[in-house]
Amino acid sequence: MHRLLFSKTADAIWTSHLDVMRIFQRAFLRAHIPIAHTQGYSPHPFVSVILPLSVGTASQCEILECTLEDKEISFQETQERLNQVLPEGIQVKEVYESSRKAKELTYLQARLELCYDSGIPSGASEMLNSLYSRETLEITKKSKKGETLLDIRPMIQSVQVQDHSPTQIWLDTVVCAQNPSCNPLFLVTAIQTYLSQLAPDFVRCSREEVFDKEGRVFR
Amino acid sequence: MTEQLQRILPTVQKPARYVGGEYGQVIKSKQEVDVRVAFCFPDTYEIGMSNIGMRILYGVMNDMPGVWCERVFTPWGDMEAQMRRHALPLYALESKDPVKEFDLIAFTVGYEMSYTNILNMLNLAGVPLRAKDRKGLKNLVFAGGACMYNPEPLADFLDFVSLGEGEEITKEILQLYRKAKLEDWEKEEFLRAVAQIPGVYVPSFYEPVYQEDGTLQAIVPNPSAPKTVLKRIVKDLDSAYYPTDTLVPSMEIVHDRTNVEVFRGCIRGCRFCQAGFCYRPVRAKSAQVLYHQAVASLESSGNDEITLSSLSTSDYKELDVFADKMLDYCIPRKIKLSLPSLRADNFSRELMLKLRKSGRSSLTFAPEAGTQRLRDAINKNVTEEEILTTCRIAFSGGWNAVKLYFMLGLPTETDEDVLGIAELVWKIIKEWKAYGSEKKRGLSINLSTAFFVPKPFTPFQWEAQITPEEYMRRVHLLQSAIKTKMVDYRYHGPELSRLEAVLARGDRRLGAVLEEAVKNGARLDSWEEYFRNDIWMEAFASCGLDPNFYACREFGKEEVFPWQTISIGLRREFFWHEREKAYQSLTTSDCRTQCAGCGANSLCPGGVCDA
Ligand code: SF4
Ligand code: SF4
Repeated sequence: MHRLLFSKTADAIWTSHLDVMRIFQRAFLRAHIPIAHTQGYSPHPFVSVILPLSVGTASQCEILECTLEDKEISFQETQERLNQVLPEGIQVKEVYESSRKAKELTYLQARLELCYDSGIPSGASEMLNSLYSRETLEITKKSKKGETLLDIRPMIQSVQVQDHSPTQIWLDTVVCAQNPSCNPLFLVTAIQTYLSQLAPDFVRCSREEVFDKEGRVFR
Repeated sequence: MTEQLQRILPTVQKPARYVGGEYGQVIKSKQEVDVRVAFCFPDTYEIGMSNIGMRILYGVMNDMPGVWCERVFTPWGDMEAQMRRHALPLYALESKDPVKEFDLIAFTVGYEMSYTNILNMLNLAGVPLRAKDRKGLKNLVFAGGACMYNPEPLADFLDFVSLGEGEEITKEILQLYRKAKLEDWEKEEFLRAVAQIPGVYVPSFYEPVYQEDGTLQAIVPNPSAPKTVLKRIVKDLDSAYYPTDTLVPSMEIVHDRTNVEVFRGCIRGCRFCQAGFCYRPVRAKSAQVLYHQAVASLESSGNDEITLSSLSTSDYKELDVFADKMLDYCIPRKIKLSLPSLRADNFSRELMLKLRKSGRSSLTFAPEAGTQRLRDAINKNVTEEEILTTCRIAFSGGWNAVKLYFMLGLPTETDEDVLGIAELVWKIIKEWKAYGSEKKRGLSINLSTAFFVPKPFTPFQWEAQITPEEYMRRVHLLQSAIKTKMVDYRYHGPELSRLEAVLARGDRRLGAVLEEAVKNGARLDSWEEYFRNDIWMEAFASCGLDPNFYACREFGKEEVFPWQTISIGLRREFFWHEREKAYQSLTTSDCRTQCAGCGANSLCPGGVCDA
């Protein structure tokens, strides 16, 4: 199996998980890079992006799985040819072969940019630091079945709070990526729940890196 | 602007509609551009991006050096609300610049029920609605498209209209505009000059005079304006501009596949069909050119599905040649070839097998009427025998789904015709019981009826539409005659079709109704979740106009039509003659068999009207 490491930035962050896969299916065809098809009644090029990213979140470390069929086309060339035909904001950073199972991906590192239009409230960083060092951090999670209480504290590996500018605080965090998974934006939900006076006016979120159980970069 | 947009987007559905950035979008440097066009489609992104005309003209305009054409679509209700709340004006997707900054604002209009979107978009752009309130050369608003053969309801809002096919005329308009801008003309001067381009209609140069009963007495052109404006056509499709490098949307759209246009016009002359007449004469692309365009479009887009589009694809003489060649290309590459609007009368066994191979198992028929008498009256040359034979072939080849389209309220329709629909459905079921080869899978019949809308430039342009109450009576009559669960019957609601009839044959006075309706929230009318008939009815009342005057009234034989100034190249006498034949249930042969003398051949001297 082959993997493509790609980034999703700028306006491409508004593209959904399913649409990203469709974009790649077409890009392979445009680039004349054959990939294996699914079996069955209406076969289509098989691609799969591990760890769905929510719409509106940027990423530096998306991983797409597929099977490249033409051995003549090098990984380097595959990358170059794809990048010529991908839409703005989606760029392949690396093409490689991998036998690691997707489920070995355990943690992800994300950056949250909290924007305060009228300046960071005083003492915000300290309050955020103590918020994330609480024993439990319960938030209400809305799902189709209704609302459930979820303690996100056990899923947070680390949080670094940083005053980035007079109007922005950045949170760099490592959270559980799957089984169970913690959307980095839950950290913002926690602010809204416990420190509503610190609720930011706007948040930008970006997935920065993914790791395995031992904390090594996952590819 | 962008920062504001970034903050709005997380709160709306399908934000990808509003950001552009797709593969193949055209970005130009503003320094090298002197004419900027905001090309607006008055419906959602998914619908607009599926429109072949929009794609062609996007290519035509951007092919011109110094011209940058960008796309604008109607925002969905949630986005509109956010834009208004944050005072974010309507912008174009490529540059994200406000529409208000563009030289020209062009609309491509395909159906009447998008008129309110046009007004609403201008409003969201912060551009004055009425043409007379827009001074100067900036923000000229013009429109074209399938539904602009009677632009009168929009006359007050449009500076000019481009009639017919846009490949050539659009360039002429933009060239003239560039000259005007360079020489700093007055708006009036530009309008006078643009009216001299064949196919351009400037509504403000014509003055309607009404009689006491509300009908038109005359439409008086001012001295510098042509008496009639004849639509434009592209004479040779093989050499006409066709974009094979097109934009590939990043999100799923309605027709998410490559679409190649086979021919324009239709050799049939179904008497209710506006497209059939307005696109005359028939002009085809050669199979050779079509194949090259198809392959080039597939390769440049990476699509794995392709459709042929035209009004009646199976009438294409070279269909077999083309389909064979195309399938040879498609099958090894696992590309799906789908052929829409097949006709019952030339659906061959071979074609069926080929289609089945490429994944199709549903048949579509549009007999439009339930009895042979009424089909003859509307000149729909499909016989029951043909439908049943086709079904038999298809059912024995394993097909098990049929889609049937009919109209209710056609001129001369009786209850017998309505019940004839149920009988035909029953006969199809009997064929399946006798010949179906995969009975286990069951048969599914999707039956749908639309409400007949009389349209300009058809033999039925004089007809009255039946009342919504009468239409519903016929719907229920049909419903009660269908007794099996195999049939899923859907009908169009009557309100929308009645409004469509009003706008289709409407005059300039309806501008006030449109404005009032939009002011009170009418928009996205073709979407059930937004359509509000009550707003419309109130708007008619407050403007003192009766919708029935337009929809349910038979127009007089010699009556001055609101669209009198416009010509599609067909003679009025031809339409009247066809109407008389309808009342005698007499058919007219198709253009391939024999010319019926409609007049369209004069548009294309030396050409043949055939595909
Ligand atoms: S076959 Fe009839 S209904 Fe269809 S496009 Fe032609 S004229 Fe119109
Ligand atoms: S001129 Fe004759 S052949 Fe041509 S479109 Fe008219 S009726 Fe048909």
